Amino acid sequence: MAQTPSIAEEKTSSAVSSSKSITLRIARFNPQKDSDTSFMEFKVPVEKWTTVLEAILDVKKHFDHSVAVRYSCRQATCGSCGMVINGKPRLACFTKISELNSDTVTVEPMHNFPIIRDLAVRFDRLFNSHHKVKPYLIRDDTDVSSDTKEILQSPEELEQFIQFSNCIKCGLCNSACPTMATDSSFVGPQALAQAYRYVADSRDKGKDNRLKIIDESHGIWRCHFAGSCSQVCPKGVDPAMGIQLLRGYMLGFRS
Amino acid sequence: MNPHDEHKEGIGGMANPGRYGIERIAYWLMRLTGLGLLGYFIAHIYETSNILRGQVGWDEFLDLTQTTEGHLFLTLVIGMCVFHTVNGIRVMLGHGGIGVGKPARPDYPYLPASQNSQHKIGIYSAIVLAAIAMVYGMAVMFGE
Repeated sequence: MAQTPSIAEEKTSSAVSSSKSITLRIARFNPQKDSDTSFMEFKVPVEKWTTVLEAILDVKKHFDHSVAVRYSCRQATCGSCGMVINGKPRLACFTKISELNSDTVTVEPMHNFPIIRDLAVRFDRLFNSHHKVKPYLIRDDTDVSSDTKEILQSPEELEQFIQFSNCIKCGLCNSACPTMATDSSFVGPQALAQAYRYVADSRDKGKDNRLKIIDESHGIWRCHFAGSCSQVCPKGVDPAMGIQLLRGYMLGFRS
Repeated sequence: MNPHDEHKEGIGGMANPGRYGIERIAYWLMRLTGLGLLGYFIAHIYETSNILRGQVGWDEFLDLTQTTEGHLFLTLVIGMCVFHTVNGIRVMLGHGGIGVGKPARPDYPYLPASQNSQHKIGIYSAIVLAAIAMVYGMAVMFGE
């Protein structure tokens, strides 16, 4: 399936003025009907500030509204529009076409996530893994039973985990991970980085509990420090660092 | 199962290291050299078991390594061994949380601290040392 219509050639109600156009290749796959992925091609006018998400929405508006894509905030905050862009997992709203330095932009659904349709993938496994590492403060006391409503923390203590709190659960790290490419049971860099986020939090008392959860054959030991997760993270979380620091606890380098 | 069920990148994705920089290439080389050394280990056990065939059998098998192909094979083994050792030390230190940077508030463009120059130098050192060892090994073997 391939077609190359052009927005510039089409008479539309909206004004489109652009000095450049690119070919946008969109992966199409409907698990209900298709046996394999096909690509549709569209000529899309772009400006230097045009993002990949805007180009996809242009296609939806002018050519084919059936293209399935998940998006929401358009500002790299919600983590909805993760996809593989020119072979690398990125957020479509956070990727300008001009920075790709290519006249052809290929968008595919993220790897290691089951496809719902076209560019939309299922997040069940990511959320399950995230939930598995208990992503919340574990304490013996509670606000209800304690007189203290606040748990004070120094700036230095905050620095230990604040970076990992930036995770928006977009799944790009899991998509880039070479272990996840072959291991269906691996807990994944997103969940492991979040395990570190809470283990490193001075208010949390659930370290032993969490270390036990990830100390399994498909847990933290499957990470081989390829670092691809950190390279694709759009929020600077650096999951590879978190995982290695977490492993430092398990190997006795940290306490 | 339909391959789209999980949409895994599979071995093909692992075998495409170019997208993620030198760290992913090191990861891939580490796997390859590990498998290569495992193959050599098994072959080595078979080779040394030829001693049971006596002096003649042992000499016969050892002659295989004295050919051009045998020298090239051993050169490859030297390279795999050196790369796997040096890069393995780097990875083991990283696994203990050593040299992966310190957590801090990230600033755009969010360069990951764990992919720092120390690790890059470690990877390039492993490659260069492996190359030097291979050249030296070839010089010794082919210079005989």
